[in-house]
Amino acid sequence: MHLPADDILRDTGYVAGSAQPSVLVIACGALAREILALIAVNGWSHVRLTCLPAILHNHPNKITQAVEDAVQTHARDGLEIFVAYADCGTGGDLAKACARMGVKMIAGPHCYAFFDGLTAFAARDEVTSFYLTDFLARQFDAFVWQPLGLDRHPQLLDMYFGNYEKLVYLAQSEDAALTAQAQAAAARLGLAFERRFTGYGDLSRALEAAI
Amino acid sequence: MSDDDDLILSDLNDDELVDQMKDDLYDGMKEEIEEAVRILLERNWTPYDILTKSLVAGMQIVGDDFRDGILFVPEVLLAANAMKGGMAILKPLLVETGAPKMGKMVIGTVKGDIHDIGKNLVAMMMEGAGFEIVDLGINNPAEDYIGALQSEDAQILGMSALLTTTMPYMKVVIDQLTEMGKRDDYIVLVGGAPLNAEFGKAIGADAYCDDAAIAVQTAKELMARKHNVAG
Repeated sequence: MHLPADDILRDTGYVAGSAQPSVLVIACGALAREILALIAVNGWSHVRLTCLPAILHNHPNKITQAVEDAVQTHARDGLEIFVAYADCGTGGDLAKACARMGVKMIAGPHCYAFFDGLTAFAARDEVTSFYLTDFLARQFDAFVWQPLGLDRHPQLLDMYFGNYEKLVYLAQSEDAALTAQAQAAAARLGLAFERRFTGYGDLSRALEAAI
Repeated sequence: MSDDDDLILSDLNDDELVDQMKDDLYDGMKEEIEEAVRILLERNWTPYDILTKSLVAGMQIVGDDFRDGILFVPEVLLAANAMKGGMAILKPLLVETGAPKMGKMVIGTVKGDIHDIGKNLVAMMMEGAGFEIVDLGINNPAEDYIGALQSEDAQILGMSALLTTTMPYMKVVIDQLTEMGKRDDYIVLVGGAPLNAEFGKAIGADAYCDDAAIAVQTAKELMARKHNVAG
């Protein structure tokens, strides 16, 4: 399986999968590797994946419009469309847009919740935890450190993270090097570190139900 | 804006100094702001004039440029930190010299939410505009908000949330005020990244405020309206 480069997933987006699909998954670029793995493992030869730039994660107010545009672009293809986003900070706007367009999406507040499992995540009630996934651990500088200006203004660290206590790395894969990266990120933020292996969590179940 | 390291602030006349303060605030230069505030105090400026004509006016420029996409969050935080330095000098003096009082606001981040950057900016700008602030901090249950509104005899409630999962809690607080028959006693302002005006209306807030400057403007307008009704 060809794995797209993280900077492509972050800034540009990505298209892969079936050349003659009946189902189109429109997803956040941060989920590309996991969804491609699920397509391969499950033999979903009828599924095509279109990823929007993952950096939208840092601009939740732009996600709904980007998804709407992607759905409109592909609506004429006559494919069944599934949106592989949770609410992702859109304040319910994405759910409303999906309902209006007649397409389904992933339940829950964000990818941290569906990787951890929606029920388990809600039950943990980890108010003071900051989360990374595999993708975000690899892209910590591009998604956290640089956009928050911590590379230029480290004195802002406490203003951003002073109320947090722990960085929880929700691991989709067993990868010692990535775990070390996540642990280093926790140290840079001055937070305690916890690694929690989640696998693909409710992402698998949501895609299986939709596909 | 300015990169003149050798500038001697005390050599500037008042107008030049105020302009320089706006530049320094924009650049997040806390020590320079503190020095300039002290210079203006020595020149017998009133604390209120220093606050409004330099710090608040400077932060207005920062806020406008943030809204226009010229400045980003890190720069706004640096500017806010610089303003905070100036405010720390002025605050006790403002109390002594009797600056105009616009009203009292209880503000805090809602239960389950620890994000306070936006809330802190609003609190600071409201304070700069003459509102007395009771800052409850983060993770506040309804009883904390309501208790503080009553014990502090405040007129405005400000609630902040950054998470989609915590913003519905604002309705819990408003509903509780309604059940107590107290809802109309207070102006309720809400804000936070995932919120919008539609949400604010749906939960029964008086207004959703997109940023700190809008919060100040909205609070002033609604306080004036409240006074008009009362009068």
